[in-house]
Amino acid sequence: MRALLQRFSFLLMVLAAIGLMMMTRADPVFIDAARARVTDAFAPILGFIARPAGAVAGVLESGRQLTALYAENQRLREDNERLRQWQQTALRLEAENNSLRGLLAYKPDPAASYITARVIADPGGAFVRTLVVMAGQRDGVRRGQAAMAGQGVIGRVVQVGEWSSRILLVTDLNARIPVVLETTRQRAMLSGDNSDQPRLMYIPRGVEPTVGERVFTSGHGGLFPAGLPVGIVATTHEGETRVTPIVDLSRIEYVQLVDFGIPGGLAAEAAQPGAMQ
Amino acid sequence: MAVGVWQRLDQAGRNLVPFSTTVAAMLIGMMPLQLPDYSFVAPPLTLMSIYYWAIYRPDLLRPLLAFGVGVLQDLLGGSPLGMSALVYVLAYWLVLTQRRYFLGNSFWFLWLGFALVAVGAGAVQWVAYSLMTAHLVGPGNVVAQALLAIVLFPLPAWCLSKLHRSLLSTN
Repeated sequence: MRALLQRFSFLLMVLAAIGLMMMTRADPVFIDAARARVTDAFAPILGFIARPAGAVAGVLESGRQLTALYAENQRLREDNERLRQWQQTALRLEAENNSLRGLLAYKPDPAASYITARVIADPGGAFVRTLVVMAGQRDGVRRGQAAMAGQGVIGRVVQVGEWSSRILLVTDLNARIPVVLETTRQRAMLSGDNSDQPRLMYIPRGVEPTVGERVFTSGHGGLFPAGLPVGIVATTHEGETRVTPIVDLSRIEYVQLVDFGIPGGLAAEAAQPGAMQ
Repeated sequence: MAVGVWQRLDQAGRNLVPFSTTVAAMLIGMMPLQLPDYSFVAPPLTLMSIYYWAIYRPDLLRPLLAFGVGVLQDLLGGSPLGMSALVYVLAYWLVLTQRRYFLGNSFWFLWLGFALVAVGAGAVQWVAYSLMTAHLVGPGNVVAQALLAIVLFPLPAWCLSKLHRSLLSTN
């Protein structure tokens, strides 16, 4: 009798779990709110245990750097030299651009403001690519804002709590970012598939992206501002083009959430039932 | 009578050890370690903890708690809600039916049992996720995760058994 009861209770729980999965489909807004609440509640603890983790990572990193100190220095010196030249070019072009814009009475995009937040959890698992950061509604974070680290886009905000929020990385299965190729100015969709290198989709036949070419946000769909670097074309064969994100996604300590002042615009979000949207 | 109250409090605290280590394992598993590719294949510490306690002290870590931890993990981790809960309940069930084989035998049996559970858990997750997203996900990460979990299992198991012996040995 007891064994029967036990078996029944297990069956009930299995059904409950399946029911929960169905519910995510039926009422994603409610589930999202629940996620935000729970993440808020655990954010202080996660933030606390992330600190020693950061310290350990720092020690590992400095150990690795010590071994390559000389070569690194050499490389940086050369880089610096080259970048100085680029800086001159950039300054000249900026001045030229400004004067040309003045001539055309060009209306610039609204200026972006940044919110910087610490990464407190990298929940990982084999199926999701998200980060939890310590900044939320009261810091000005809004759903849909672009997340950057260093020089490139890493993803966007999908869930906002009071003082914590979640970022869907560009490599996640549900991530879709409208992009444009650097040289051909061809539009495409950067689509994550849980691998390290997201795929470029919807490239017309005949357009062949070149390896090493950079990929920028196109600004279509109003989700991201245009012209933010996302990645570099890594491989292209048999019509499948893969892009390496410009930022090393496994080593992000701080992210910048960009509020570029364009409201709404979630048109480009591809809805996938079940997972984070 | 004061002693009785303290003793009971102490006992209650000790009885919470399986549950609290499981939650702690979940939170530790979410630490941003900043190792390349680590988070994709991070060993499922929560599953290890549930496996261990389901074998040694199923009276202190009830199946409903395993279910609750699973729901919590899904909410916090961003995975489809109910997926981890399903995996943990099924793992618990499997362990409970096969408990006498794992219990009391050598460590090798405990390890072998975990290997079975880890592979099963990976398979269930993979099927559930593929069905939910209507998208056949590459099984590479799941396989790597299960293998890493099996290889690393002795270390968390050793920590858990230390805790077990020092805090729950009297009963």
